[in-house]
Amino acid sequence: MSNKEQLQNEELQQNNTSFEENYVDENILAESSSKFKLFVKKFMKRKTAVIGFVIIVFLILMAIFGPYLAPQDPTAYDYSNMYARPSAEHWFGTDNYGRDIFSRILAGAPLTLGVALSSVIVGTIIGTILGLLAGYYGGWIEMLVMRGSDVLFSFPDILLAIAIVALLGPGIINVFIAVAVFTVPSIARMMRSATLAVKSSLYVEVAQSLGCKDARILFLHIFPGTTQTLIVNFTMRIGSAIMAASGLSFLGFGANVSDPEWGAMLSQSRSYLGTAPHMLYFPGLVIFVTVLAFNLFGDGLRDTLDPKIK
Amino acid sequence: MGRYFVKRILETIPLMLIISIFVFMFIHLLPGDPAKTLAGVEATNEEVEAIREEFGLNKPLLVQYFDYMKGLLTGNMGRSLKSNYDVGELIYSRFQFTIKLVLAGVLWAPALGIFLGVMCAIKRGKPFDMIGMLIAITGLSAPGFWVGLMLVQILAVSLGWLPSGGLESWKGLIMPSIVMGQGIMAVLARYSRSSMLETLREDYVRTARAKGQKESIVMFRHAFKNSLIQIVTILGLQIGGLLSGSVITETIFSIPGMGRLLVDSIGYRDYPAIQGLLMIFALQYVLINLVVDLLYGVINPKIRYD
Repeated sequence: MSNKEQLQNEELQQNNTSFEENYVDENILAESSSKFKLFVKKFMKRKTAVIGFVIIVFLILMAIFGPYLAPQDPTAYDYSNMYARPSAEHWFGTDNYGRDIFSRILAGAPLTLGVALSSVIVGTIIGTILGLLAGYYGGWIEMLVMRGSDVLFSFPDILLAIAIVALLGPGIINVFIAVAVFTVPSIARMMRSATLAVKSSLYVEVAQSLGCKDARILFLHIFPGTTQTLIVNFTMRIGSAIMAASGLSFLGFGANVSDPEWGAMLSQSRSYLGTAPHMLYFPGLVIFVTVLAFNLFGDGLRDTLDPKIK
Repeated sequence: MGRYFVKRILETIPLMLIISIFVFMFIHLLPGDPAKTLAGVEATNEEVEAIREEFGLNKPLLVQYFDYMKGLLTGNMGRSLKSNYDVGELIYSRFQFTIKLVLAGVLWAPALGIFLGVMCAIKRGKPFDMIGMLIAITGLSAPGFWVGLMLVQILAVSLGWLPSGGLESWKGLIMPSIVMGQGIMAVLARYSRSSMLETLREDYVRTARAKGQKESIVMFRHAFKNSLIQIVTILGLQIGGLLSGSVITETIFSIPGMGRLLVDSIGYRDYPAIQGLLMIFALQYVLINLVVDLLYGVINPKIRYD
């Protein structure tokens, strides 16, 4: 084959693929946009889920702009104003150093939400890869992943996170690692069974018989089939991550006591239950509403996307 | 069924072995020299060497592991660095408090959760269902440490009805049992509701109705009994989860149980105690799951091990 011919051939192939891609893309786009519309329509019918979604949007805005919106310096001591009850000046009152609790909650939003969200994202990515590999290849990889998650599951809930913090020492970075590890086994298990379910479908068999590479089959054919389950589980994990992270801070393993982390604020309030109960009410209420919002949203996603999971 | 029992029991042995390796490796996974870590920051070289000798840290890792396992099987888990007590005895002395808390949660929460879930399914879409599910999602989303402190603030500090901590009288158990049980109640209510709704769609329920069976018998003999099989599968995980709830609960109510001991030991970097506690917590969790799975074999005659 001459050089020219080869070039022409390559060009042809490129044209061909780009044509195919365009063709396929349009189809998928049209289909997915109507699917998305259908999803939104179904989702909007679930009022509690919509409320959850609205609160989450509000919380994300709060995490981004909160520190700039704080009406007062969240770290400024004011000894003439300690334990002040909620008032027009201090909406949520002040704490044992006279710091404005409302400002501290706003300033702490990026910390509390950031740690929880980023650790769930990291944990979910690792868990997804492990689950995909375990479900697709089976054999020793599967055994390793499944037995590994069995061991991690033997330290239920916050106990695993506590064990990891015991190993690494207290601190907000270690809380992030602990919560990420705590997310991995449940996502890995869920992804393994989702992978097994998709693996046996006809289109994966066709791709295999066409000689597609494993990586292509895993990420282009199997993974998209599991995304709905994954999205639901991801959302559900965020609530428990917030609970675990603030629980660790409450036990004194997480954020510094001086940091405006919501769990740490609650932990401080313990000593002032008689004198300043508002120190307990507001940070706890914010954690509760946050977890509630993610749970409501997750419930709604589950009911619309994947009614089979419980 | 006998085969299922034997296999299920045998299955826990490799799991416990892996857990023991995991917990054993704990001290070796810490950054730095384990002997120095155990001896503390201010230890002299002689002290570090003495620790190395005492804990056998100069032996090969495999020998250390076998020594550790031998100790575990004979009930010797080493000495606490903080109090110099035998770790096994230390844990045993705290065990009664934690088990009281777990029982206080188990006694009411699963039963109420299942009842609430089943009733919500029966009254689907009615106000009872909505209120029931509202209670469930609240129980699921309210952090235990907040609920506990709110209870203390209202019932103990403001009203003075209940003691704010300790387990001297039965009154001291009321608030801890709420904190222990709220989560499991919520999860079981949600799970029971959906599994009951699923069973209600089954053909045999329709058949039972078609032949003119009384509604109450349809609900309980046909639907509830069958969904109970599904519900029991998650009961073990949930009851096991109570163990970790004890860490938070004991901290709130100043109860000197195993959870509190774990938190204190972490504070003091008392690694032999942490190691022992993690091992015991995991062992309890595995055993609880084993018992629940065996129970599952009893109530579900269809079960076959595969």
